[in-house]
Amino acid sequence: MSVTTLSSPVLAQRQPNWLVRLFDYKPFLVAMCLAPALGLLAVFLTYPLGLGIWLAFTDTTIGRKGEFIGLENFQYLLTDSLWWNAVFYSVVYTGIATFGKFALGFWLALLLNNHFPFKSLLRAIILLPWIVPTVLSALAFWWIYDPQFSIISYLLVDVLHWRDSNIDFLGSPWPARFSLIAANIWRGIPFVAISLLAGLQTISPSLYEAAMLDGASAWQRFRYITFPMMMPILAIVMTFSIIFTFTDFQLVYAITRGGPGNSTHLLATLAFQRGIAGGELGEGAAIAVSMIPFLVFATLFSYFGLARRKWQQGEAND
Amino acid sequence: MTDTVAQASAAANAKAAPDTMAWDSGLRRLMMIYLPLGCFVLILLFPFYWMAITSFKPNAELMNYREHNPFWISSPTLAHIKHLLFDTAYPRWLWTTMLVAIGATTLSLVASTLAAYAIERLRFRGSPYVGLGIYLAYLVPPSILFIPLATVVVQFGLFDSPLALILVYPTFLVPFCTWLLIGYFKSIPYELEECALVDGATRLQILRRITLPLAVPGLISAGIFSFTLSWNEFIYALAFIQSGANKTVPVAILTELVTGDVYQWGALMAGSLLGSLPVAIFYSLFVDYYVSSLTGAVKE
Repeated sequence: MSVTTLSSPVLAQRQPNWLVRLFDYKPFLVAMCLAPALGLLAVFLTYPLGLGIWLAFTDTTIGRKGEFIGLENFQYLLTDSLWWNAVFYSVVYTGIATFGKFALGFWLALLLNNHFPFKSLLRAIILLPWIVPTVLSALAFWWIYDPQFSIISYLLVDVLHWRDSNIDFLGSPWPARFSLIAANIWRGIPFVAISLLAGLQTISPSLYEAAMLDGASAWQRFRYITFPMMMPILAIVMTFSIIFTFTDFQLVYAITRGGPGNSTHLLATLAFQRGIAGGELGEGAAIAVSMIPFLVFATLFSYFGLARRKWQQGEAND
Repeated sequence: MTDTVAQASAAANAKAAPDTMAWDSGLRRLMMIYLPLGCFVLILLFPFYWMAITSFKPNAELMNYREHNPFWISSPTLAHIKHLLFDTAYPRWLWTTMLVAIGATTLSLVASTLAAYAIERLRFRGSPYVGLGIYLAYLVPPSILFIPLATVVVQFGLFDSPLALILVYPTFLVPFCTWLLIGYFKSIPYELEECALVDGATRLQILRRITLPLAVPGLISAGIFSFTLSWNEFIYALAFIQSGANKTVPVAILTELVTGDVYQWGALMAGSLLGSLPVAIFYSLFVDYYVSSLTGAVKE
C-alpha cells in the first residue's frame, strides 16, 4: 500500500478556512485520532499497571496511604501456605483446563469442518456458552453441582443406579477443584472450536489430495498436514487461552469463592480476597503482581514453543 | 471444500475394500460425526436448559425429584420471575447494565475507529509500533489491574458510580476493536481514498464519507462484541460498585440474590436467564458478525 500520494499543502491552498487546514495537517490529525484511545489506555491501563507494581512494594490498606517496605510483601507470600496453595491450583487449573479445552475444541472444530445440514445454525448454538455472561452460567453450574439436588447425582443414583449416594461436588477439595475445571472447559470449548474452525477452513484441500495420492492414511493426513498447518493459529489461541485461564476469577468466585477450606483459590480470587474484601491493598497487589512471571513464562512457552516455523500464516498455504 | 476430500477418501477406501463401502458412508458417518456432535451440543446446551427449566418450576417441584421428573415441569409458574421483577431491584440492575454497556461501547467505538484509521491509513512513522502497543494492551488481564484501578477510581471520585465502569471497560474493548477495525480498513481499497484526495476532500471528509460507510460491517462487529463483553464483565463491576442500586446484573445476582443458607434457586436461575437473554437475543440477530469478529481478531 502506497503512502499518501498528494501532500496536504496543495489542498490547503484551496481551502482557506484555518480549522479545516488544521485538521488536514497530518501530524495534528494523527495526534487527534490517537488521543482518545491512547489517553484511555494510558490513564486506565498503563498507569494502574505501574501503580499496581508500586503498591506491591508498599503496605497500603484501604483508607491509609502506605509506605515503601521493599520486598516484605513478597517475603511474606513465600511463607504463606495459602499463596502456595493458590499457585499450585492456578497451575493445575490452567494446565488441565487448557488441555481439555484444546483437545475437545480441536475435535469439535474437526467435526464442524464436515458438511452436514444446518451447519451454520449448529455453529451459532455452539458459541452460546461463550456469549452468555460467565457468572450467570457459573450459577447454573453451581446449581448443577448442588450437594442435594444435583441433576448429575440424580442421573447416576436414581436413573442409572451406578452409585449409591449423591456426589459431594463442592464439599471437599479435589472434587471441588475438578468441578471448577470442568465448568471452565465447558465455557472454553466454543471459543477454541470456532477459532480453530476458521483456521481449518484456510487449509487448502489440494494438500489433502496430494497426500491421498501418495497413500497417506487419515491419521497421517491429520498428523502431517492439519496439525502443522494449524500451528500458527493454535499458538495464538493457546496464548490467549492460557493467559485468561490462569487469571480467571469469575468462575471460582461465583461457584466456590475459594472454598472449601481455601482449597480452590486461584491467584486472582486470593488477590481479591486480600486486597478488596480484606482491605490489604498492598498485599493484594503483590499477589496480583506475582501472576506476571507465570503469565510471561506461559506466553513465551505457548507462543514460541508452538510457533517455531512461521508465526503468521501468509497468503500462500504451500 | 472438504467434501471433495470426503468424497475422494470415500472413493479411495471403496477401491481398497469394496465390501466396507456401506459401513463407510452411512454408519461410519453417523458414529464418527453425528454422534460426537450430538454429545457436544447436548453438553454445551444442558446448563441453559437446566437454567430455563428451573426458573419456571415451582419450589415444591424443585426440591422433590422422587415425585416429579426433574427434566420436565408439571405445573410451570412465573412466580420466580414475578418475585425478581417486583420484589427486587432487578429492573434497575438491568437498566444500569444496559447503560454501562452502551456507554462503554460507544466510547470504545469512537476511540478505536479514530485510532485504527490513524494507524492503518494515515501511516505516520512508528504506526506499526503503536498498533503493537495497543495489541499488547489486550494481553493485560483485568485480574492484575483491578486493585490499582480501584485506587485510581477512588482518586477520581468515581467509586460506586457506573461512570467508572464506562471509563474502565474501554481498557479491554479498545485494543480489541482497534485490531478488528485495522483489519477492516486494510480490506478497503486505498485507491478510493486517493480519488477523494485528488478531488479535494479533506482527511476527515474521507473518513466520514468513504472509509466509515465501507467499514460498517466491521463497526457492527466491533460494536456488538464490545456490548457483549461489557455486559458480561464481572471483576471490575464487583470491585468498583458497592451500593445495591448501582450494581450490574451479573454482580447483583451473585451478591444481592444469594442470601442466607437456603438458596432461592428458582429466583437465581430466573435472574440468570433474564440476564442472559439480552445478549442471547442480540447474538441471534448478529451471529455472522460475531463469528467473523471472533475469527478475524484471532487471525490478525
